[in-house]
Amino acid sequence: MSLLKVRDLSVAIGPVRPVQQVSFDIDEGETFALLGESGCGKSMTALALMRLLPAGGRLTGGTVVFDGTSLRELPETGMRRVRGGRMAMIFQEPGTSLNPVMTVGAQIGESLALHHGMTGVAARERAETLLAAVGIPDPARRVDEFPFQLSGGMKQRAMIAMALAGEPELLIADEPTTALDVTIQAQVLDLLAELKAARRMATLLISHDLGVVARMADRVGIMYAGQLVETAPRADFYARPAHPYARRLFAALPDVRLRGTALATIPGSVPSLDRPLCGCRFAPRCAEAREICRREVPDWTFLAQGHAVRCHFPATGARSSGVPAPAGESVAAEAPAPLLEVEELRVHFPIRRGLFRRTVGHVRAVDGVSLRLVRGRTLALVGESGCGKTTAGKAVLRLLPATSSFLRLDGQEIGDLPESRLRPFRARMQMVFQDPFGSLNPRLRVGETIAEGLRALKGRGAEARVGELLEAVGLPGAMAQRYPHEFSGGQRQRIAIARALAVEPELLVCDEPTSALDVSVQAQILNLLRDLQKRLGLAYLFITHNIAVVDFLAQEVAVMYLGRIVERGSVDEVLRNPRHPYTQALLAAVPAIEPSEVAPVRLAGDLPSPAAPPAGCHFHPRCPRAVDTCRASYPGETAFSASHTVRCHFPG
Amino acid sequence: MIAFKPVLLWSDLLLLLLLAAIAASGAWASRQEHLRAAWARVGRSRSGMAAATLLAAFVLVGIVDSMHYRTLLPGKDGKPGAYSVEVNSALDALLAGLRNRTEKTYSAPLATHLYAKESVEGPEGSAAGREFPRLKHGGAHLGAELDRHSADVAASAFRGLALGLAAWLPLAMVFAILKRRRPGTAWEAVSATLLTLALLGGPAAALAGGYHVLGTDKVGQDVLYLTLKSIRTGLLIGTLTTLIMLPAAVLLGILAGYLGGWVDDLIQYLYTTLNSIPGVLLIAAAVLMMQVLIDTHPEAFATAADRADARLLALCAILGVTSWTGLCRLLRGETLKLREMDYVQAARAFGVGRLAIMLRHILPNVMHIVIIALVMDFSGLVLAEAVLSYVGIGVDPNTVSFGTMINAARMELAREPMVWWSLAAAFCFMFALVLSANLFSDAVRDAFDPRMSHR
Repeated sequence: MSLLKVRDLSVAIGPVRPVQQVSFDIDEGETFALLGESGCGKSMTALALMRLLPAGGRLTGGTVVFDGTSLRELPETGMRRVRGGRMAMIFQEPGTSLNPVMTVGAQIGESLALHHGMTGVAARERAETLLAAVGIPDPARRVDEFPFQLSGGMKQRAMIAMALAGEPELLIADEPTTALDVTIQAQVLDLLAELKAARRMATLLISHDLGVVARMADRVGIMYAGQLVETAPRADFYARPAHPYARRLFAALPDVRLRGTALATIPGSVPSLDRPLCGCRFAPRCAEAREICRREVPDWTFLAQGHAVRCHFPATGARSSGVPAPAGESVAAEAPAPLLEVEELRVHFPIRRGLFRRTVGHVRAVDGVSLRLVRGRTLALVGESGCGKTTAGKAVLRLLPATSSFLRLDGQEIGDLPESRLRPFRARMQMVFQDPFGSLNPRLRVGETIAEGLRALKGRGAEARVGELLEAVGLPGAMAQRYPHEFSGGQRQRIAIARALAVEPELLVCDEPTSALDVSVQAQILNLLRDLQKRLGLAYLFITHNIAVVDFLAQEVAVMYLGRIVERGSVDEVLRNPRHPYTQALLAAVPAIEPSEVAPVRLAGDLPSPAAPPAGCHFHPRCPRAVDTCRASYPGETAFSASHTVRCHFPG
Repeated sequence: MIAFKPVLLWSDLLLLLLLAAIAASGAWASRQEHLRAAWARVGRSRSGMAAATLLAAFVLVGIVDSMHYRTLLPGKDGKPGAYSVEVNSALDALLAGLRNRTEKTYSAPLATHLYAKESVEGPEGSAAGREFPRLKHGGAHLGAELDRHSADVAASAFRGLALGLAAWLPLAMVFAILKRRRPGTAWEAVSATLLTLALLGGPAAALAGGYHVLGTDKVGQDVLYLTLKSIRTGLLIGTLTTLIMLPAAVLLGILAGYLGGWVDDLIQYLYTTLNSIPGVLLIAAAVLMMQVLIDTHPEAFATAADRADARLLALCAILGVTSWTGLCRLLRGETLKLREMDYVQAARAFGVGRLAIMLRHILPNVMHIVIIALVMDFSGLVLAEAVLSYVGIGVDPNTVSFGTMINAARMELAREPMVWWSLAAAFCFMFALVLSANLFSDAVRDAFDPRMSHR
């Protein structure tokens, strides 16, 4: 007997039809994952189940039966008892889903009062129990704290506690860990798995991350352009995905085995959902599409127990796990002159207080980072958010004033040049930013944006080069006349790359250029970056938190923790044989799509504040190996090879 | 000698410059393809085009009212006469009938009698008691046949409607042709607005020949005439003040936000200080100083109109000086946000100069705030003028403005029976003016926002 039965659910928002005829069941205690890229309608499906559609949205068809009651026919008062009571939801962004002016306890109390009539001391005690259940230390104190006093991971735990307050039978988790760092994500995923086991709670997990779904789900449904295209038990799906779209998604994941080859990409883009579509929705982008695919909507094909796919020609074989890697890239003989040398880079932001704005302390965002980068190679700077990697990248480009540094580009000292004499060097180093929506001026046409650097640094001939540059990043030159809003995220990122390339730089600082993009689009951008590197001999300082991308693209890795580099070396040394406990935990926290038997090291706690870093080794409060020495002194450098060094008292 | 001598007041000159600047930027924009596309989007907006039409009607009245001249007085004994000290505008000439037909005091719209009882003398010099005396001009053509009043009004109104319709028809045909040629543009909205104007204006014009359509005020001046004259004052105060305040607000706001440091501190202190001085006091001081200046230098002002004009400009200037702070603060905040945007960082990575970044990356992205603030301020300024006129530090008493009209009508609201028409007339015209400015700027903002243009 399934707890939730969804049949032919359809949603319309004006002319747009983001969800069409989606059907699935969720059993008691089961985790069903809706997997898909942005805009495929997975969040809208969840909102439709809760009857929380945005203004103008309405259910146009289908039935939703929850434990024998049809939710579509329930009056709003009845629905309110279901919402938050029997069905609870947690959202993606913990920062905005808690009310900043209410204490955590009061927010949990709201749900307790509504669904259990619990108030006063009883509610407070219950709230404390719930906070303890989601692993928040010292719940008696936390219950009276405001959201801003909690870290991101804690907020998400508090959010989960709120959802649990109504004792839900079904928990809808809409990308619950997307906004969190990998080590925190691992903590929250563990928590959700525990809760599910302890309470026999059914979960509808919505995610775009194949790794997260592999770790959490019992069954998987994959969505494309508003339709469910494949449902299968997890193991079956990961071993033998049947829909060409699913197969393409797996192939687009960057992986060490694919290093040196191009990632598979999906040509074209998701069809717009505001006009009627005929045939299979994936047909225009499908390599195996035939005549019938464009003409007829495929019906469900049942392959195995619980494995169904909406495709005329479902694939049957096992998923190939990538092309075997070419036996190690021919590591270029250590080029003699490094392009970029950074020594002891420090960026301290003063904290000012009081009437006269006296400096009372410093946020040590970057605290003594040294880097060395050779032409044509990629150095990945890896770390969690707040570790100072973006600040370091901007300081290298002198976009932020460094407190102290020796910065040499091609042997010339540029760390203390005044802005006027720095201009010739500006053309040689450029940046690609994280957010493709914030990095282009919405009021300037794409051509003007690209020509800006040319005009500022190279003088004439700007307009002629624009078309050429757009074609170099795989966009038609005629698009120069358009405004940024007409482009998708991936296309904007291409434009941002074209803008940086316009001045023919030698060094490109890439600040998480793919973290805001879908997997298939990320593959396109990574391929593009690699091609450009091969063709133009660019050096990349690649700032990221995505280990798979590092593995695919970089030759060297530096791991940052709280403003300092704790481990560095070649990709193989650091990722295959990590020595620092932080690196080990970071790697273990990445949810893998191939299940592993080894119990991973889990990091407790959060990143400390860079304004008051812990004494001794910065990592000791979270480190499983910490002893008194670690609390007393910052470890020196231990070298394991010519390139592999670690800052740890007890490297493992 | 010619029969009249054109007079160019300072405010006329500024208005001309403003119009020339608008025309020049229009000509420049028509050669820029993307700007032309944006204006074409304005053209597609029905409400925008309707508002533009109404606004154009107001501006037309304002322009006609800005063409000032002095008439040649007839010379005596063959000597050439001097020019009159009275400065009139083309609108005065057009509305000469309305201007000259003054009554004794209040009369209701379309009335034939005064609104106040007076002692009248009987046929033999005996006091015949108090009654409502006949108006000198309103309904004078009726003579003794007062029972024809309603029929006459109806007939005139009907004639006016027909005339309005007749005047509108050729225009409607022109717009129908335009619509066929460029089907995207909302010509039908223009046409409909013109029809409304014609249907309202036609009867008003027809009735104005024999009656006071909107009544008369305390000294017997025709309220319709006063309202039309007020339009120029309203437009001037709205636009000239904005012209003074806008550069200061935009420049200082963006400078403070983008440069930070001591520049930011300085500008913040400046506007905080200015804000903490009671605005009315500051304005009163400035206006009184200006009044003294005018009074002590009579030789600099040839006519009363010159003096009133100088005072109007001084009022615009002082309102501008006191009203830039709000917009400046908004822009500073927005710039602080934009400064950290990646595209600004990218421009800095190219070594683009600060000025260029402010002009290319910051300014266009705060324009929506500027436009909203402008329209809000426009209505606010027209109202501020009314308040200041009440305190006696507004426009010159000789200048007709919505403010002086409302101020005069304010006291009569307590009177029984109420004198409502001055206030109602000022209210309706001000409402139409501000509403059309609002709607038009809405359409402009939407059209120039690249994120909205796909709609």
